[in-house]
Amino acid sequence: MTTTSDTRNDLRTPPRTQQRGVVGAVSNYVDERTSISGFIKLMARKVFPDHWSFMLGEVALWCFVIILLSGTFLTFFFQASMAEVEYDGSYVPLKGLEMSAAMASTLDISFDVRGGLLMRQIHHWAALLFIATIMLHMARVFFTGAFRKPRELNWVIGFLLWILAMGEGFTGYSLPDDLLSGNGLRIIDGLIKGIPVVGTWTSYLLFGGEFPGTQIIGRLYTLHILLLPAVIVALIGLHMVFLIVHKHTQFAGPGKTNDNVVGYPILPVYGAKMAGTFFLVFGVIVAIAGLFTINPIWNYGPYDPSPVSAGTQPDWYIGFADGALRLVPPGWEFVLFDTYTVSMNILAPIIAITLWIVAVMFYPFIEGWITGDKREHHLADRPRNVPTRTALGAAGIVYYGAMFVAASSDLIATHFQMSMENVIWALQFVFIVGPFIAYFITKRICIALQKKDREMALHGYESGRIVRLPGGEFVEVHQPLDEYERWRLVSFNDYKPLMIRPNARGQISPFERVRAVLSRWFFEDRIAPVTRGELEASHGAHGHREGANEPDLHQSELATAGQGVGAPPHTKP
Amino acid sequence: MANDGSGSDIVRADSSHGADASPGTAVIAADAFENPGLPPHRERVTDLDPKADRRHERVVSLLFYLSIVFSVAAIAAYFAIPIVENDPWSVRLNTLFLGLSIAGALLSIGVGTVHWGKALMDNAERVEMRHQTRGTEETRARSVEIFQEADKESGFSRRSLLRNSLIGALVAAPLPAIFLFRDLAPRDNDPAAMLAHTAWKEGVRLARDPSGTPIRAADVTLGSVFHVIPEGLEESEHYLEEKAKAAVLLMRLKPEDLNVSPGRETWNYDGIVAYSKICTHVGCPVALYEQQTHHLLCPCHQSQFDIKQEAAVIFGPAKRPLPQLPISVDSEGYLVAQSDFHEPVGPSYWERRGDYDV
Amino acid sequence: MPSPQRMPSSRRPSRRRGRRSPLATVVLLALGLVFTGSSYALFTATSAGDAATAASQESIDHGQKLFAANCATCHGMNLEGTEAGPTLLGVGAASVDFQVGTGRMPLANTGPQAPEKPVMFTEEDIQAMADYVASVSPGPGIPEEEYLQTTGDATRGAELFRINCAMCHNVAGAGGALTQGKYAPALHGTSPKHIYEAMTTGPQNMPVFNDANLTPEDKRDIITALKYQEEAPSPGGYELGSLGPVAEGLFAWVFGLGAIVALTVWITARSN
Repeated sequence: MTTTSDTRNDLRTPPRTQQRGVVGAVSNYVDERTSISGFIKLMARKVFPDHWSFMLGEVALWCFVIILLSGTFLTFFFQASMAEVEYDGSYVPLKGLEMSAAMASTLDISFDVRGGLLMRQIHHWAALLFIATIMLHMARVFFTGAFRKPRELNWVIGFLLWILAMGEGFTGYSLPDDLLSGNGLRIIDGLIKGIPVVGTWTSYLLFGGEFPGTQIIGRLYTLHILLLPAVIVALIGLHMVFLIVHKHTQFAGPGKTNDNVVGYPILPVYGAKMAGTFFLVFGVIVAIAGLFTINPIWNYGPYDPSPVSAGTQPDWYIGFADGALRLVPPGWEFVLFDTYTVSMNILAPIIAITLWIVAVMFYPFIEGWITGDKREHHLADRPRNVPTRTALGAAGIVYYGAMFVAASSDLIATHFQMSMENVIWALQFVFIVGPFIAYFITKRICIALQKKDREMALHGYESGRIVRLPGGEFVEVHQPLDEYERWRLVSFNDYKPLMIRPNARGQISPFERVRAVLSRWFFEDRIAPVTRGELEASHGAHGHREGANEPDLHQSELATAGQGVGAPPHTKP
Repeated sequence: MANDGSGSDIVRADSSHGADASPGTAVIAADAFENPGLPPHRERVTDLDPKADRRHERVVSLLFYLSIVFSVAAIAAYFAIPIVENDPWSVRLNTLFLGLSIAGALLSIGVGTVHWGKALMDNAERVEMRHQTRGTEETRARSVEIFQEADKESGFSRRSLLRNSLIGALVAAPLPAIFLFRDLAPRDNDPAAMLAHTAWKEGVRLARDPSGTPIRAADVTLGSVFHVIPEGLEESEHYLEEKAKAAVLLMRLKPEDLNVSPGRETWNYDGIVAYSKICTHVGCPVALYEQQTHHLLCPCHQSQFDIKQEAAVIFGPAKRPLPQLPISVDSEGYLVAQSDFHEPVGPSYWERRGDYDV
Repeated sequence: MPSPQRMPSSRRPSRRRGRRSPLATVVLLALGLVFTGSSYALFTATSAGDAATAASQESIDHGQKLFAANCATCHGMNLEGTEAGPTLLGVGAASVDFQVGTGRMPLANTGPQAPEKPVMFTEEDIQAMADYVASVSPGPGIPEEEYLQTTGDATRGAELFRINCAMCHNVAGAGGALTQGKYAPALHGTSPKHIYEAMTTGPQNMPVFNDANLTPEDKRDIITALKYQEEAPSPGGYELGSLGPVAEGLFAWVFGLGAIVALTVWITARSN
């Protein structure tokens, strides 16, 4: 009985924490209702590795926060309505003109709300940077192989975030209902109409009747401020949960292994850096927004289906789609059974873009299948050490880049004094052939860099010091690496291609054959890391030269005896 | 263990890594280098020199004070540089000073915080161990067990009638939502049929955009171009929708420059031709007319149409020529349409038939 | 030849300002009848304006000499044109004033189109050549001062500019690309007179906007809108060339992302 009453007593008056004063009281209050102390114990000393490229995802997150903050301000003034009103605001060359309430309220935000134009420009510049940092972050994850097991699913989540961010961008770009975005919507309408079977009806339902209708701005607004942000916030949360579960990758280096994380704890150092990053990113964006105009809708005027401006382009992140439409040669359209029109001049770009996007989304699974690698990877690759992946990435960038650049073909033509026809023809060539050239060149560069690393690991830096030997011979003294420097150059894995092996019934399926061929292609032309044996052998070979100047090499010379030379660099499997 | 080989599929280079090496084999030489471990910690100036420590502390606090000054300046700018009606300069100055002072406040906090973190906080690198992402064997076994118990207790596998009818119900439940979306657009309309017609019909005068005043044939001199809408369009219930289909370009060429195909001989009036302004690719206004080459250019995707050859495509992604509007002159000398376009204008769509191409 | 029946433009004029009055139909009918008679004169430049001032014979003679020395090689001694240059019969004084006054003529070398260059002649020389060309065969004259003022209706001018001009010259007058290396030039810094003359004469591949298409008042409104845009400061700050999303995207990548990457490098760099 006494024990029971003791327990009750404990429940009534829990032990006091040592922290006293207001802070102690508040934290006690919160913890007794939320168990937050357990969360803090779990999270607050988690270690994060330091590298500038690891900050890109975080910058994207802060851009999103800035977009939410500035966007909320804008919603207080914006009217997502296509009802016609007469503009009576401060911008003289539009006064008295009939326009939609959306356009008029955007003009009022710009000219008649103090700080309104600043907020619009913060919102828009932050959106451009949001997607730019997302893509740079994706490139970092791709080229360092940080998408490998166990992070494949998080790559897919990040990919979805990128797509949703572009959706946010496009819906937001359309909201002011100005001439530029109206023509952008018209292109989207044309694209949708070109989709076989369902296109006409999809466009009809989306616009609530014929283009442009009176519905689209309100609908895009709901997507822009409700549905898409909600999904993005949910996915960012999931992205972060996985980040905590997996812990961040790190680059190989002394003391850094696949089984640990080396860096700074969230509290205090990393927390300070994170908070600082938020303020820095916010500050940079506000400074840009205060100094540089973006989307001057007062120049474009209200949407009217008849006019159009030279240089009608989407925001940069949709540029690749616009460019893909420009790259189509004439005549890609045919009629099926004399009844149905198939617009390949619309479908071909859609297919080209879809292929690229699907390849990006599934790349972790594709590479995992080709390599057959089932292990967990927490060490980021140096791009040069996986030449095939790096080369594939470069090819993908050129493929995307050709479409992207094509979207500004008219401005390239005027600014570099070329004809737009030649610009398009050149970009059509780059689009088809460029990826192969980029693949080949990048792979050679990677292998050359690996060879240079090998040389350096074996012989050290070129010190630039020329020494004349007693025999009259001139040699350059090589400065050997210390063990930490050397480790950076040799800490990577050499992989063997997959072997074709019969299955349980003793057969080799064609599927496995393809896989083996792909695996050989992926791992061909590889360079093995330097081994101790090789280092010693190399010192043994010219020990009589370097040893004379570098006393610490004598030791390795002695150790050479009896050691076989390590695996020489592979050039073909 | 060197490199990133914590898993199982790793062989030593000197072991038999032939046929029995599993897929995805990483090869590690027997005499691979060992990880030398963390390099010795390097002390910062602020760790070694108390004076430097205090100096950096002062710099950081100064930055924070500077941020306060900027914030106050932003509020001051808000009042000191108000927006004056009809004065773009005031908007510019308001944006500039608000922007720069807010940016200054934010950047000062950012620089200060990061500098504090880098120079003054303890910077010893920490090492945290990772764990395999998969659960331990025990956890996994227990979770499988839980599912089995739950299955047994609920009868989810055993009661297949219950389970299958539930799945059926769940599949059917979202279906009504699909139908609810039908009313996104008005009922009783066939979009494909609407796309096939415009506001042009016999006798409708060609009028200037946007004033809506009619155009006489004599107004259209050689080398000029008129942006045209049907007269009376502004009375239309669906002004923008009709304008989006009916916009027309009117040009005059020398009659001998026009290559008129059979059946279209009467569609132009003394060298005056009218073509739809809506691109047959994705629908931008094809408004750029070059009066010497007689080419029309679409500024969106650079499709080019040759007016001498009945607006045939000569460059760019479009396939079909721009539809021609047959025109003539009424008794008062005004240009009028003979009929609607003989084919749908604008981008292609699935239901657009092939027999329009006259 | 302005059409008096034209109404002030707005996006939907008659919605707001009431239906056309019955009188307008009568006026329209009357004018129609008058003009039907004159519609035989289709190929003549019907909108040829009167020369602003009567040219003195002295000026015409001076212009003829200058023409013979500088222009006749391509345009022919009697303005009839050669293989190297088009005929100048009927182009009027406005065309000469525009082409020579903006430095486009005399041509320095052949290219897709004649670019704007430093002007080669004095005001009087240009006037003299214009007088001479106009004296041989009439054409659009140099515009009157009243239509070159920036006191028109900027709203109307901006709307007319968007419909008639922006597809080539860009809504902000920043210029744009045409086919085969040709381009529509940027309009900033172009004088009202030259803008007007370009509209009336349609230099090179630019279409002609005669007075029946855009009345002198319309042209004045367009000039008013352009000059407002040019003289009023950009409300949002530097304009990045007014080239639209391409310039903005380029700026975001180079300077925005550049600044942010530089900051991340600083944030993660080891402190000394």
